[in-house]
Amino acid sequence: MELKDIINPNNLVYEKPELLTENTMHYCPGCSHGVVHKLLAEVIEDLDIQDKTIGVSPVGCAVFAYNYIEIDWQEAAHGRAPAVATGIARTNPDKVVFTYQGDGDLASIGAAEILHACNRGENMVVIFVNNGIYGMTGGQMAPTTLIGQVTATTPNGRDVGRNGYPLKITELIAQLPGTSYVTRQSVHTPATIRKCKKAIAKAFQAALDKKGTSFVEVVSTCNMNWKMTPVKANEWMVENMFPFYVPGDLKDSSKADPESYTPLKN
Amino acid sequence: MTEEIIIAGFGGQGVLSMGKILAYSGVMADQEVSWFPSYGPEMRGGTANVTVILSETRISSPVLNEYDTAIILNQQSMDKFEHMVKPGGVLIYDPNGIIHPPKRTDINIYKIEGTLIAAELGNVKTFNMVVLGAYLKAKPVVKMESVEKGLQKSLPTRHHYLIPMNLEAVQKGFESLELVQAV
Amino acid sequence: MGELRLMKGNEVIAEAAIRCGCDAYFGYPITPQSEVMETLMDREPWDETGMVVLQAESEIASIHMIYGAAASGKKVITSSSSPGISLMAEGISYIAGAELPCVIVNVQRGGPGLGTIQPSQADYWQSTKGGGHGDYRLIVLAPSSVQEMNDFVELGFKLAFKYRNPAMILTDGVIGQTMEKVILSDYIPRLTDEEINEKYGSWATNGRKPGRQRNIITSLEMDSGRMEQNNLRLQAKYAKMEEEEVLFEEFQCEDAEYLLVAFGSSSRICQKTVDLAREKGIKVGLLRPITLFPFPKKPIAALAKQVKGILVVEMNAGQMVEDVQLAAGCAIPVKHFGRMGGIIPSPGEVVEALEQKLIGG
Ligand SMILES: Cc1ncc(C[n+]2csc(CCOP(=O)(O)OP(=O)(O)O)c2C)c(N)n1
Ligand code: SF4
Ligand SMILES: [Mg+2]
Repeated sequence: MELKDIINPNNLVYEKPELLTENTMHYCPGCSHGVVHKLLAEVIEDLDIQDKTIGVSPVGCAVFAYNYIEIDWQEAAHGRAPAVATGIARTNPDKVVFTYQGDGDLASIGAAEILHACNRGENMVVIFVNNGIYGMTGGQMAPTTLIGQVTATTPNGRDVGRNGYPLKITELIAQLPGTSYVTRQSVHTPATIRKCKKAIAKAFQAALDKKGTSFVEVVSTCNMNWKMTPVKANEWMVENMFPFYVPGDLKDSSKADPESYTPLKN
Repeated sequence: MTEEIIIAGFGGQGVLSMGKILAYSGVMADQEVSWFPSYGPEMRGGTANVTVILSETRISSPVLNEYDTAIILNQQSMDKFEHMVKPGGVLIYDPNGIIHPPKRTDINIYKIEGTLIAAELGNVKTFNMVVLGAYLKAKPVVKMESVEKGLQKSLPTRHHYLIPMNLEAVQKGFESLELVQAV
Repeated sequence: MGELRLMKGNEVIAEAAIRCGCDAYFGYPITPQSEVMETLMDREPWDETGMVVLQAESEIASIHMIYGAAASGKKVITSSSSPGISLMAEGISYIAGAELPCVIVNVQRGGPGLGTIQPSQADYWQSTKGGGHGDYRLIVLAPSSVQEMNDFVELGFKLAFKYRNPAMILTDGVIGQTMEKVILSDYIPRLTDEEINEKYGSWATNGRKPGRQRNIITSLEMDSGRMEQNNLRLQAKYAKMEEEEVLFEEFQCEDAEYLLVAFGSSSRICQKTVDLAREKGIKVGLLRPITLFPFPKKPIAALAKQVKGILVVEMNAGQMVEDVQLAAGCAIPVKHFGRMGGIIPSPGEVVEALEQKLIGG
């Protein structure tokens, strides 16, 4: 058999989503960001909303998210993506707006913006990639860093007495009446990747249906700054992060009470 | 005497720490030193370089655009820095991973099989020390005892047991430098 | 006296803060200065001197933590890089308005916006002409070596407390990331509560002790007449700084026919330029402002009478050049040469600029 016999349309088992650009991703091999990007591209493609979706990228490793998905994007200042998205969503009510944010961006410097956008129930999707660390700046403590976890600014492990407790911001967000769907996912196995894709699809559908804010946390790894191999990082995440950041839906108003949500006036 | 050096390669090859040990060795020999790294987001597989200056007198600019010596450890760095060696200067490279060897005819060119030698020594992490040894053969800017003191200063105490192995690598590199072209 | 070390500029800021008896550091990670907080966390000064180190949730929070601690008479420091300093602009204006001492370190990177993490000097205007709202000034110190990163922490505090005014150390990714030899300062003990009462009891809000009036720290004044008086008092303070605190350094200016003016890392590059140009027979000198506010107007005016032209070299599109033009007057050409976007001009490039913009022209 020759190479050209193998590279043959009949043998095709997997194709990259068309919306993913040809740009080489800058992420470290094994990083969760790339997988989440791919799911986003697939969902937007499946829903056929590439012409009306606007992404807001954060400051963090995903700052260059705009290089990878073939839609319109805006790059926000650190933590301000929900405010930027509010601006877009309010003035473009027929568009689908999402933010893509890390844990430092969303839960630290941007904690005020995310709480208020979710509390107002802005019609948007939030993709929250929680890797428990500041990836881009070289591995400092994030609000979601676990107790005892070693980072560049907690060289002896996070100490509650000095740094406070890890923040379950998704649990807080779920309390807010403006949110209709709040879920926690991961992308470390084929099965969880499929599940995460369903969750992202549901969140985008909610935005199309004008259901207010949908919030998808993806518990993730940063093998680079955790100083582990990608495989070890996945194991560490399952062992250490899942008991604290328990995967699953935190709120699903389509199941509970479809009338409970008051749509925004525009 | 002033020696202006660029060391360039991949992140993970120990480029920055090699520069650091050289700088510490200079301090131990009572020289003025400066060490300026490329810096940026911590991405695996990126390129890294560091400018090291050793001098008997006050150092003016820590940032340079021409060098007495370039130590080049990957192709990207060859493309970027070959033309920045001063005429009559020195270029040392590890042929492993170099597709286009240097073409300059007005500089001294040396080879060091750092990757191979480090593997033979049984610890690929000593790669940068092999290259440092080779450099010191071409340019004896600091004495071996200053390098030993430099290692002691720059390594945390818990890593001091590694010093003999590193010195062996420096020695091996010193002995293994190959001249390609002299001007 | 002093301890010789080989350290990065950023690490030295941390070490100098501990040694000069700082009570606290508040900050938020940002490249290229994250080593300041990382070094502090590694050093654990809370065990050694009792200094507090806290990673805040944002730069907005850090600077307001600084406000609070400074208002209670404490010696406090923060550091960031350009985008973070922009976020601090509000707090800095309040600190200046309330007349509180503190040291703020800006390890500049290129802008505008998120820009680049590479070195820049594009925050000259922001630092020397405001940045936040209202008529205020920062004392701005521009170190050009790792040694000065050590020395200016103490100097910054000395001036900040003398004038009850925020002092900024304006540096950049070159000096922050470079390792050089440095002689660290000896330890100064932190002030005790009694010493704070004695020295700053007239204004510090650290609890009203029997026998003293309550202290109020504020920048608010609803009465326009009194607010104008506050402004005049601030202006008088800034005028006094201009009289008494100007610092600068000259290199080979005695016989200079041309003058380079550059601060911080650009001045290091220009030192080499001076050597290169003199090898070519061009008689050039260098004036390095050390205080950017107060600006060394008089020495520049004096040299403007001696030289045929001035080249201002900055890693920006031309900011300090305006102050040099004002100081030099119109008799000789004052030109600018700069690189942007994180590109560091090379000494050779500056020689060429000198030849093209002044000597040839
Ligand atoms: C105002 C401001 N402060 C600080 C920074 C530096 N900074 C860039 S990314 C980042 C943290 C990113 O962490 P996270 O949001 O968890 O994203 P990750 O890289 O882990 O995906 C910080 C502090 C900045 N760009 N702007
Ligand atoms: S530093 Fe961490 S979060 Fe950033 S790309 Fe690498 S693995 Fe991913
Ligand atoms: Mg993160």
